[in-house]
Amino acid sequence: MIRLPLGEYFEAFIDLLKDNFDPFFKGMKKGVLSIIDHIEDFLHFIPWWLLIILVAILAWRLSGKKLGILSAIGLYIIYSIDLWSEMIDTLSLVFSATFLALVIGIPLGIWMAKKDMVERIVKPILDFMQTMPAFVYLIPSVIFFGLGKMPGAIATIIFAMPPVVRLTNLGIRQVPEDVVEAATSFGSTSGQMLLKVQIPLAMPTILAGVNQTIMLSLSMVVISAMIGARGLGEVVLSGVTQMQIGDGFEGGIAVVILAIVLDRITQAVGTRTNAKKTS
Amino acid sequence: MAKVTVKSLYKIYGPRPQKALPLVKQGISKDELLKKTGNGIGINDASFDVQEGEIFVVMGLSGSGKSTLIRCLNRLIEPTAGEIHIDGQNIVGCSDDVLLQVRRKKVAMVFQHFALFPHRTVAENVAYGLEVQKVPPEERIKKAYEALEMVGLSGYEESFPSELSGGMQQRVGLARALATEADILLMDEAFSALDPLIRTEMQDELIALQERMKKTIIFITHDLDEALKIGDRIAIMKEGVVVQIGTPEEILDHPADDYVRAFIKDVNRAKVLTASAVMKKPDGVVTLKDGIRVAMRKMEEVGISSIFVVDKARILQGIVTIDDAIDALKRGETSLQAIINNDIETTDGDTPLLDLMPIAIKTKYPIAVINDSNKLLGIIVRVSVLAGILGEEAESND
Repeated sequence: MIRLPLGEYFEAFIDLLKDNFDPFFKGMKKGVLSIIDHIEDFLHFIPWWLLIILVAILAWRLSGKKLGILSAIGLYIIYSIDLWSEMIDTLSLVFSATFLALVIGIPLGIWMAKKDMVERIVKPILDFMQTMPAFVYLIPSVIFFGLGKMPGAIATIIFAMPPVVRLTNLGIRQVPEDVVEAATSFGSTSGQMLLKVQIPLAMPTILAGVNQTIMLSLSMVVISAMIGARGLGEVVLSGVTQMQIGDGFEGGIAVVILAIVLDRITQAVGTRTNAKKTS
Repeated sequence: MAKVTVKSLYKIYGPRPQKALPLVKQGISKDELLKKTGNGIGINDASFDVQEGEIFVVMGLSGSGKSTLIRCLNRLIEPTAGEIHIDGQNIVGCSDDVLLQVRRKKVAMVFQHFALFPHRTVAENVAYGLEVQKVPPEERIKKAYEALEMVGLSGYEESFPSELSGGMQQRVGLARALATEADILLMDEAFSALDPLIRTEMQDELIALQERMKKTIIFITHDLDEALKIGDRIAIMKEGVVVQIGTPEEILDHPADDYVRAFIKDVNRAKVLTASAVMKKPDGVVTLKDGIRVAMRKMEEVGISSIFVVDKARILQGIVTIDDAIDALKRGETSLQAIINNDIETTDGDTPLLDLMPIAIKTKYPIAVINDSNKLLGIIVRVSVLAGILGEEAESND
C-alpha cells in the first residue's frame, strides 16, 4: 500500500502560511489580544460581589426570581471555592471568542441566506469545522500564535462559530416567502428588507445560534488550557495531570455552574424575543 | 389612456428562457417544450389594457398563470419578454430606482395569505409602505390610522396580527395597500383564504370602497362567482394564455371556447345577468295622442295583447290592453287616457334576473325597463327572464 502523505501536505501548507503571512498573523494577534485584555481588565476590575449582584439582577429581569437566585448562589459557590479569578479569565476568553465569532458569523450567515452559491460553499466548510476533533485546532494555532490565550481564542472562534452561522442562515431562510414578497412589493431596498423584516423575524433562531456558540466556546476555552490558556481549564488540567481529584472536581464544578448560568440567561433572551412576537 | 397596458407578455421558467422564447412564439406545446428544453411556460403572449377606475379580474384554475401574471405587474417575477406600461411607462427593463418608485408610489399589493409582518403591530404593518419611503413617524402613523378606519379596524391599531381573525388580518392587508395611496391595487386571491361568509362580506366592502376610492384594481381569483360579482371586466386564463376578455355578461353569453363554456356551466346566471341583458326593444309603443284605434292596429300588427304608452320624450305613461281597448271602442271612446293602466312593474337595467323572477311570476304584463327619468328603455317578457337564466335566446313573445 502506498501511504497518502496527507499530514505532510498539511504541514507544508501550514509552513507556507507561517513563512509568508507572518506579519498578518502578528497583526491579528495584536488586535485579538487587545480585545481579550480589555474584557479581562474590565471583568477583573468589577468586585466579585458586584458582578454577582449584576448577574442576578440580569437573570431576574430576563427570566424570573428563580434564575436570579440560582445564578447568585452558583457564582457565590465559585467564589467560595477560591476559583473566582480563574473563572473571570475563562469568562473573558469566552466573551472575546464569542464576540469575534458573532462578528464574523452573523454576516456570513446573512450572506449565505442571500446567496445560494455561498451556502453551497460554506456549508461543507462548517461541517468540517464542527466535526474535526477540537484538539486538532490547537496545533496550528500554536504554530501561528505561540502559547497562551491567543491560540486558545483562535481555536475557540473556529470551533464555536458554525452554529451561529448555520442558524442565522436558517433563520433568514425560514422567513415566510410571502412576507418577503410583501416587503418587496412595497418597495423595500434589500437593506430595509434585512433590517426591518428578515433579521427581526429570524432573531429567535439567531439567538439560539448565539446560545450554542457561547456554550461551545466555553467547552473549547477549557480544552485550550492544554496550550497555556489560563482559567478554569488550567485548574481541571492540573487536577488531571497531577491526580488531584479534589482540585479537578472543583474546577469541573465551576465550569458547570458557569455553563448553566450562561446558558439559562442567553436562552431567556431568546424566549423573550419569541414571546414579544406572539404576545 | 389605459392605466395599465400589457403587451405580448411572456414568462418562461427554467434554464435559459430566452432560448426557448422563439419556440414558444412558434406555438410549441407545453409538454413538447418541457421535453425539448426543460422549460415551462408561465405566461404565453398575454396582452390587455386596464382602464383607470376599473376592477379587472384575472381568473383561471391553479397553474393557469394568473399568479405569475400579477407578480409580473410589479416585477416580483421577472417577465421573459413583453411590455408592461404603468401610466405610460414601461417597467420591463427599467432601472432598479424606477422600479422601486413604482412599487412605492404606484402599485400596492394584497396577498392571499395576508403576508403581514408578525413582529409589527397592526398600525406598524399598515405604515410599512410609508416607512420604507422614509415618511416621518407621526405622519405615517396618522395615515395608517386613517387607512385602518377606512377598512373598519379602528381600535385594533396596537394589536398584533396574530391576535386578529383571518378576515380582520386581510383588512389589515388591504389597509396596508391603501395607506401608500397607490392608484393601482394588485389583489392576489385576496379573499380566497377566508371562509365563505366573511368572503362575501369583504367582496361587498371592496365594491363599496371602490365606489369611493376609484382605484384601478387588478384582482386574481379562481372563483368565477367572485369574478362575476366584482369584475367590471374579466380575463380568463388557461395554461398561460388569456383565452377571453370581456364583461361578465359577454363571457356568459358568448364564451370564447369550450374551456370557458365548461367554466361558466354552473354559474348562477340569474345572479349575474341583468335586466338590460335580456330586455328587448319594445315591438311597438304608442304615444298618448295616438288614440285607441292606432293602438289596436299596432297590437294587431305585431300580434301582442298589450302595448306600452309613452309621451313624446318616451317617458313611460302606462299600458293599454287589447280587451280594454275593444271595450272602450264599443263605448265610443277614442282617447287612450281613459283606459291607460298605471299598475305595471318597472325595473332599472342593472337589476339581476334573480330579483326579477318574483315579479315576472306575478305580473300579467311585460316588465318595463326604465332609466332614472322614467324613460322606457326596453321591455322584458316573462319568457325572456326564464330563457336568460337558462342561457337560451329568447325567441317567443307573450
